[in-house]
Amino acid sequence: MKFSVTVTLKKDVLDPQGKVVQNTLVNMGMNNLKSIRQGKYFEIEVNESDNEIAEKKVDEMCKKLLVNLIIEDYKIFKN
Amino acid sequence: MRSSVIVFPGSNCDRDIAVALEKMQFKNQMVWHKETRLPKSDLIVVPGGFSYGDYLRSGAIAGKSLIIDEVIKAASSGCLILGICNGFQILTETGLLKGTLLRNKNLKFINKDVHIKVINNNTKFSNKYKKNQTLKINIAHNEGNYFTDPKHLEKIIKEDQIAFKYCDEKGNITKDSNPNGSIENIAGIFNDKKNILGMMPHPERMVDKIISNEDGVNLFSSLLN
Repeated sequence: MKFSVTVTLKKDVLDPQGKVVQNTLVNMGMNNLKSIRQGKYFEIEVNESDNEIAEKKVDEMCKKLLVNLIIEDYKIFKN
Repeated sequence: MRSSVIVFPGSNCDRDIAVALEKMQFKNQMVWHKETRLPKSDLIVVPGGFSYGDYLRSGAIAGKSLIIDEVIKAASSGCLILGICNGFQILTETGLLKGTLLRNKNLKFINKDVHIKVINNNTKFSNKYKKNQTLKINIAHNEGNYFTDPKHLEKIIKEDQIAFKYCDEKGNITKDSNPNGSIENIAGIFNDKKNILGMMPHPERMVDKIISNEDGVNLFSSLLN
């Protein structure tokens, strides 16, 4: 079973990389750009046929290692 | 006093801290991260460097290594733990210290001597310093921007858990003297029981007049006191 996970900085946390990318795009003429936040993306394959169990496992992976819950939010998508 | 320095792939200040500890008469041992037992230690040091190449997040992978379970056990039984630079990042990833270290606000790796102020000198790590004493200590990091939630920040201020703050040469804590954007100019913090210290500056680089200064010496002599 395949999942993808996106990890982004919480909205109150400063994202200097996103800011630099945003400024650069504006400087390149992308005037209607409103905002950019940079994050991480994981493709995860789990050896499990039960949807619920698999998703729980991925959630555990996020909480225990992939995400720093103090500063980051995450979303799990089933592929 | 017996000390152990934990070594990860990518640690690069492990030998510097060993030299400093031995100079200060600690009986030191190096402990590889795959070990599952710690030698008897009064002090455990998690050194600086780039453990696991900073993959995922600085300190994230090292924070899950085998030896860390032993470090957590030792910490809960009162053993002194010192995390410097990447060691501080690792300690936050394990949860032994709260908060986290974000990318420097200016997005640059900063390697320079900065001034820090001793905020709490009533601990095992800082009793040989004077309160509000200004030290000149080297920093070398890309993720040193300390961040924590407002509730925890309030708590560490109230309970005197801030060890050091960035300041100018005269000891003024200002925005301009904050090299990395840390909240409240924080350069180092203690846990609740104050047996764990995490700090971004490198005291082990400041124990010899010939190569730098001796502003780091009293951190080690405090531990021996």
